[in-house]
Amino acid sequence: MPAIVKISNLSKSYRRDSIRIPVLENINLEVEAGDFLALMGPSGSGKTTLLNMIGGIDKPSAGDVFVGDVPIHRLSDAALATWRARHVGFVFQFYNLMPVLTAFENVELPLLLTRLSKTERRKHVELALSIVGLQDRINHYPRQLSGGQEQRVAIARALVTDPTLILADEPTGDLDKNSAEEVMTLLSQLNSQHGKTIIVVTHDPRAADKARSHRNLDKGELA
Amino acid sequence: MAIPLKYSIRSLLARRMTMILTVFGITLVVFVFTAVLMLATGLQKTLVGSGIDENAIVIRESSNTEIQSFITRYQAGVIQTLPDIALNADGQSMVTGEVVALISKNRRDNSRPGNIMVRGIQPMSLSVHKDINLTSGRIFEFGQTEIIVGKRIAERFQGCGLGETVTFGMTDWKVVGIFETGGSSFESEIWGDVEQFLPALGRPVFSSMTFRLKDPAQFSQVRDRVKSDPRMTVDLKREKQYYDDQSRQTATFIRVLGIVISVVFSLGAIIGAMITMYAAVANRTREIATMRALGFQRPSILLGFLTESIVISLVGGALGLLAASSLQLLRVSTINWDTFSDLTFDFALTPNIVVTVIIFSLIMGLLGGFLPAVRASRIKIIEALRAE
Repeated sequence: MPAIVKISNLSKSYRRDSIRIPVLENINLEVEAGDFLALMGPSGSGKTTLLNMIGGIDKPSAGDVFVGDVPIHRLSDAALATWRARHVGFVFQFYNLMPVLTAFENVELPLLLTRLSKTERRKHVELALSIVGLQDRINHYPRQLSGGQEQRVAIARALVTDPTLILADEPTGDLDKNSAEEVMTLLSQLNSQHGKTIIVVTHDPRAADKARSHRNLDKGELA
Repeated sequence: MAIPLKYSIRSLLARRMTMILTVFGITLVVFVFTAVLMLATGLQKTLVGSGIDENAIVIRESSNTEIQSFITRYQAGVIQTLPDIALNADGQSMVTGEVVALISKNRRDNSRPGNIMVRGIQPMSLSVHKDINLTSGRIFEFGQTEIIVGKRIAERFQGCGLGETVTFGMTDWKVVGIFETGGSSFESEIWGDVEQFLPALGRPVFSSMTFRLKDPAQFSQVRDRVKSDPRMTVDLKREKQYYDDQSRQTATFIRVLGIVISVVFSLGAIIGAMITMYAAVANRTREIATMRALGFQRPSILLGFLTESIVISLVGGALGLLAASSLQLLRVSTINWDTFSDLTFDFALTPNIVVTVIIFSLIMGLLGGFLPAVRASRIKIIEALRAE
């Protein structure tokens, strides 16, 4: 399988009070299309930062990040936003659903950035919600759902645009054991049955078990 | 692509109490602003409504108002023979000489004295002036000590009702009719026979002459011709312009004072809206970051938050406008500073005021929401996603 993500010589550091704090050092990574990769490592190892670079919501201090043929490290802020809308689906630890929107409206949100008609959007949203098993919760607000259900809505939102990548940052971090198992199974099915390329950041070994490949980050370096 | 409007509206409703208080602040400011504009417009409408473009009024040169003016009998004779005066169906010249004076009478509500304009008219006055309608009684008989009273005076001053007697110029005048003129300032006057009023008021001459122009478009030529006559130390104005000039000073004073007060108040409302919107941005940092991560651009975020503050200001504006519109039921009395007579008028809400108020509300929303919206659009995704 060809590599969909190619990262070479990537470094990231922050400045705090004129002190340079390195987060990632000389990272080289390739992720194949259709892979389900678990990025693991202890807190502060830089795994979320690396995921953010791949997702185009953060920029490297040095090095290249290619997704497909696109050098996303070179894109402007506005171009990155457009690129994210087309190519990336995010799943966050705390779901990050809009509390004032229903499950349907939350999932529809990224589709508003496309040229799909209202009817087409409805079809896509209903399909995404049925894939995550929440077709009967379509008009529920996030406060009316359990944590596991909220995360499944978030997964539906991530996959509704049929993105190149689904990036999940600690998707089970706020869930109980059963819900975590359901969410990881769901991600695994998206990978195996729908061919989605998924990168998950987690420090939970049980969650990582569902992934096909694993990489460990420690103190900013890939093991 | 813009953030959906339902997201903005529902986010506002989610912070109901904050929103209600902010809307209330804007409502109060808009109420004051609208009321002042309605007051000034009502005053202007009442005075300007007294005149029509087809009429010309002649007053003494350098007099601003009829009350300061006099036209000699000789000058009146010259004016009456002007060839530019329209004729009525009976072939008579539509020109009238009138005298005005102020008398003092006590008000009905608090027994305090107020000035009333009395106007001595000629029979032709009833045709030259517009929309004179008797609401009760009859027209006075020329040659008799009878008067008709404008309905606003009849309502507000003692002894001015139908059948009552008003004393001035050492004469008792019987009120035989009440008239209205479609809300114009004539409704704040008492009318009688000019030939009876002149001796009673001790005046030998008219205060003004008014005539209907044969061709209203020829007004400038008529004025120039009359003014170039060395016998005529008079000024000619279109009747409408004359009353417009009278209203301008007071209306402008009310308007400027009101606008200054409203602008000062609006600063408070703008700051209120700003605080509300800053709080909204702070509370929704993670939502904003999520939107940005999903691919919404900075301008969309800016527009989304600006929409919220505009919705707040427009709702406040609409409520303020609604509250102020009820003032149309009120009647206000003031002194006409040009004639020192009592003038009664209504608050007037016009389409112009509605548009002005909506724009005023919109500006408050834009000013109050702009900085918070800019802050929202500049949120750094990474930092905001980490926010608790």
